[in-house]
Amino acid sequence: MAERFVTRGFVGRRNTAEDRERIPPGQYLTTDFPVLSAGPTPHTPLTDWTFALGGLVRQPVIWTWDQFLALPSQDFNVDISCVTKWTKLDTRWHGVSLDILLEHVDLDTRAQFAIAFSDGGYTTNLPIPDLVNGQAFIAWQYDGGPLPPPHGGPARLVVPHLYFWKSAKWVRGIRLVEQDQRGFWEGLGYHNRGDPWKEQRYDGD
Amino acid sequence: MTATLEWQLATVTAIRDETPRVKTFTLSLPAELPHLAGQHYDLRLTAADGYQAQRSYSIASDPTLAGQIELTIERLADGEVSAFMHDVVVPGDRVEVRGPIGGYLVWNADGGGPILLIAGGSGIVPLMAMARHRASTGSHVQATLLYSSRSREDIIYFDELQRLHSGDALGVFHTLTRSQPPGWTGYSRRIDGAMLEEVLAKSDPAAAIFICGPTPLVEGAAEGLVGVGLAPGRIRTERFGSTGS
Repeated sequence: MAERFVTRGFVGRRNTAEDRERIPPGQYLTTDFPVLSAGPTPHTPLTDWTFALGGLVRQPVIWTWDQFLALPSQDFNVDISCVTKWTKLDTRWHGVSLDILLEHVDLDTRAQFAIAFSDGGYTTNLPIPDLVNGQAFIAWQYDGGPLPPPHGGPARLVVPHLYFWKSAKWVRGIRLVEQDQRGFWEGLGYHNRGDPWKEQRYDGD
Repeated sequence: MTATLEWQLATVTAIRDETPRVKTFTLSLPAELPHLAGQHYDLRLTAADGYQAQRSYSIASDPTLAGQIELTIERLADGEVSAFMHDVVVPGDRVEVRGPIGGYLVWNADGGGPILLIAGGSGIVPLMAMARHRASTGSHVQATLLYSSRSREDIIYFDELQRLHSGDALGVFHTLTRSQPPGWTGYSRRIDGAMLEEVLAKSDPAAAIFICGPTPLVEGAAEGLVGVGLAPGRIRTERFGSTGS
């Protein structure tokens, strides 16, 4: 729209200057932790749980739950933004960086994209550069306790610089591929990359 | 894929009280794109200094209605957008919207098959679009609704649901969790396994299941259905709010 429309009578809330720096456009601050999932919450026993890193690698790696928790892990304090418009600041997680996981495989030079896959059939796609250099991790703790199943426990991918649907709940592995393949929401009209600072909510944004 | 979803300036042509906390806004759209029952629109408000707030609202109306959509909006106590819509907006006002959005919690009468709808509070809205769509297209597929509200006055679309029940063979089961009027014949408790089994027995065994409502209700209903042996893949959900725990 060339001239900005103004809604009659709307003033709205103002975030503090400090928060404005951290809240992407079109988002509002919440202190809750809303739950959004497309189906029932899966409950995979930890004895059956594995995490697989495969696809275009020389030798795929599969970790059991105990092996996964024995990887070098760390705390993460990140701001998260959901495409449904809420942003939550200073969320506290504990888990393993994707950089650590990727050190365990020899990546084929053709590998460009990652497909995260989850219990329940959910998938999401990301360019590999969005997963490395401390930008992404697999978390099994939230706010000092085990990650609750409605929030993606036992373990979820967290990619805080992208809309939160990219942070696949109940994640069971990552497949590295040459050609990009749209995941669950990406195939239903949501943006392929989902950068909240560019408001990449839906296709074409 | 699809073209960019452009913001458009919709005119509020009617506002209807549904319950003390819920209103339905009829919006006339300059460019309405076809949508499916269950999809939503984003609504954007802009202040004079450029500050903007956006929220998503489910489409309540039947998709075959041309040129307009209805959004049924619950006024949240701390709702920046919902309180403005309830307290300030009058017919003739304009708001920016874009949509339709969302392609998973959707149902089409044409080939959609039987449905079991489970709603909590304002979670009825996208499911009502399905029930209305089924009625307006004369679809005869089996359809059942289990709807949880706090009290009788909080039931959205009560009279219309009665009409859909008597006129269009929509199975309707209400449960009231907080208070019940004298002579109430529906359920009087939160949705539980026994209630789900009774409703399942009166639904089509092949029904696609759609659950929408507050997170604890959706978690409980979905887990209850999986617990009695339903395949998780048959259940599509939309939650709002936090876990409440």
